[in-house]
Amino acid sequence: MFYRETGQFKTTYEADSAVFPILQDRIGIAAMLVFMFVVVPLFANDFVINAIMIPFLIFALAAIGLNILTGYTGQISLGTGAFMGVGAYACYKLTSIFPDVSIIVMVLTSGFFSALVGVIFGLPSLRIKGFYLVVTTLAAQFFLEWAFIRIPWLYNYNDSGAIEVPARSSFGVIITGASATPTARYMVVLCIVVAMTWIASNLIRGRIGRSWMMIRDMDIAAELMGVRPLYAKLSAFAVSSFYAGVAGAMMVFFWLGAAEVESFNSDNSFLILFMVILGGLGSIMGAYMGAAFIWILPILLRAAPEFFGIDVGADTMEHINFMIIGALIIFFLIVEPHGLAKLWQIAKEKLRTWPFPYA
Amino acid sequence: MPILAWGIDMEFLNSIFVAPFVDMFSAPDFLLQVLWEGFVSGILYGLLALGFVLIFKASGVFNFAQGIMVVFAALTLVGIHSFGIPAYVALALTIVVMGVLALTIERVVLRKLVNQPDIILFMATIGLTYFLIGFGELVFGGEPKKMIADELGIPNGSVSWDIFGGVVIFEYRDIAAAVIAAVLVFSLGFFFSKTRIGRALRAVADDHQAALSVGISLNQIWVIVWFAAGIVALATGIMWGAKSDVSFALQVIALKALPVLVLGGFTSIPGAIIGGLIIGFGEKIFEIYWGGLIGGGTESWFAFVIALVFLLFRPQGLFGEKIIDRI
Repeated sequence: MFYRETGQFKTTYEADSAVFPILQDRIGIAAMLVFMFVVVPLFANDFVINAIMIPFLIFALAAIGLNILTGYTGQISLGTGAFMGVGAYACYKLTSIFPDVSIIVMVLTSGFFSALVGVIFGLPSLRIKGFYLVVTTLAAQFFLEWAFIRIPWLYNYNDSGAIEVPARSSFGVIITGASATPTARYMVVLCIVVAMTWIASNLIRGRIGRSWMMIRDMDIAAELMGVRPLYAKLSAFAVSSFYAGVAGAMMVFFWLGAAEVESFNSDNSFLILFMVILGGLGSIMGAYMGAAFIWILPILLRAAPEFFGIDVGADTMEHINFMIIGALIIFFLIVEPHGLAKLWQIAKEKLRTWPFPYA
Repeated sequence: MPILAWGIDMEFLNSIFVAPFVDMFSAPDFLLQVLWEGFVSGILYGLLALGFVLIFKASGVFNFAQGIMVVFAALTLVGIHSFGIPAYVALALTIVVMGVLALTIERVVLRKLVNQPDIILFMATIGLTYFLIGFGELVFGGEPKKMIADELGIPNGSVSWDIFGGVVIFEYRDIAAAVIAAVLVFSLGFFFSKTRIGRALRAVADDHQAALSVGISLNQIWVIVWFAAGIVALATGIMWGAKSDVSFALQVIALKALPVLVLGGFTSIPGAIIGGLIIGFGEKIFEIYWGGLIGGGTESWFAFVIALVFLLFRPQGLFGEKIIDRI
């Protein structure tokens, strides 16, 4: 009844090719942004911001990165965790070498380092396809994990082998380290994530994104039509790893505060792949939905027995959690293999004609 | 001084290209021991990969859950035995459990996902992995368990062999693992090539629709391959458990089966074993003779690098079918 495009005429080509051509969508996204920028920092408590909102945004960004590679270019990758690690270690090194430069600049710069590493490990993709590529990205994952331990220069030779985030401030507000308030960290993360989402959605709509999708749909046909696989695949690896690297740097600097190699192991790569697949391959919206689903659901599940007054041991709950997540992954794949984003799209289609679907 | 620079480089080159080989030939008994260790771990990798190959061959599903199936099978065996049931009865019961598991997976997961793209099926097996991890830990507990190797009649102890002026030690259990692997490969090879069901399996692998049209039941075939993969998983679990303990950490090692698969080709049964051996030998020798140069611990990634280098020259693996792209 309310979600309807009737009467919204487009008079320019720009209006027709807008990201949100329908007014109600624009209102929805504006409301969402207001909620994220105003309501959450004002009303949410520290636990919600620290344990739910910040990791959700960071994982969503990493999922967007992986989605560019897997969803739009069709190259399955299990190395996201390691690429996030590259970003985190690069950012740590950069900020200890140049302590005066703003940390936000450093976080974004560290993305270029992981993009470079991503391109190097993306080179085999020119010859190797499909599941075989999983092996090469796992090679990246395990090799980089090993390098993070064996190269002490990366963590400034400290004894713990972990990277500890120093306190850094920007515009007079402390935004990293133990003394930064969750709200300050949240706002920085939110700004970066929103800006990078906007860039990603435009990259994908543009020439480069279209060449990625052509490679995904059929690489030989794309090659015959003038898309150069070398540039298309490597640019996808570069952009994807850039996003993963920035997400990794933010994960350490704005969320965890300190990190060891375990923060970037293959479990992390799987987690982000789940987010992408469950959310929907080839959908930015899906990356957010998948991240919300995979990250927030276990938190709710952990809180559920207490809520209902059932006493279950923490271990047992953890095991049941695993079972539920596994079962839900299978369930969603059976019900809608194209992910939550597709369900959302179907819901919108239905809404358009609601409440008179046959009128 | 360029000469000095050369001197340093020569030393470095020496430590890469000369010294390891000198080490190998000056202590051949140690080399033999290293090769044997590599052989044993290669056999285990090969067994793991065998389970993947069986399922991939018959249904085109890349079964990520094979690693956890190994753990699950071994835990079930130990768990059933801990109720005081004799080892061989427990073994038979475990086989029944694996059969039920195969049937359930086919009914609940695979049948619903027919005709979906490969990546969806792959993801479904990852979901299955998570489910089985949770289920296994819930039922059997997370702590490592001891495999009932003695009760199953797997010999303990070792034989030593005096050779090249040194001693090489062969553990009986490792020999048993090699024998079991050989038996499994030969019986599976026989099963695939000579029996009626084996022919049906190959027909399904070749072309689903054509197989259906001559009256082969896809669902039945899938249950059979998953069951076969379950039995291979059980054998792997027993052998692996006899070497170390049975724990969920094994599941990470299962990722090592991926480079093995790539080397051998996704569809070749002998390829799985040979790929396993190449990886086993390669990573042991590299770790012992070259690993020290770059800080050790190279076993976690060297297998993947071998596979990667291999792939660049032969994208379909050693024994895989030629990949032909059509538009």
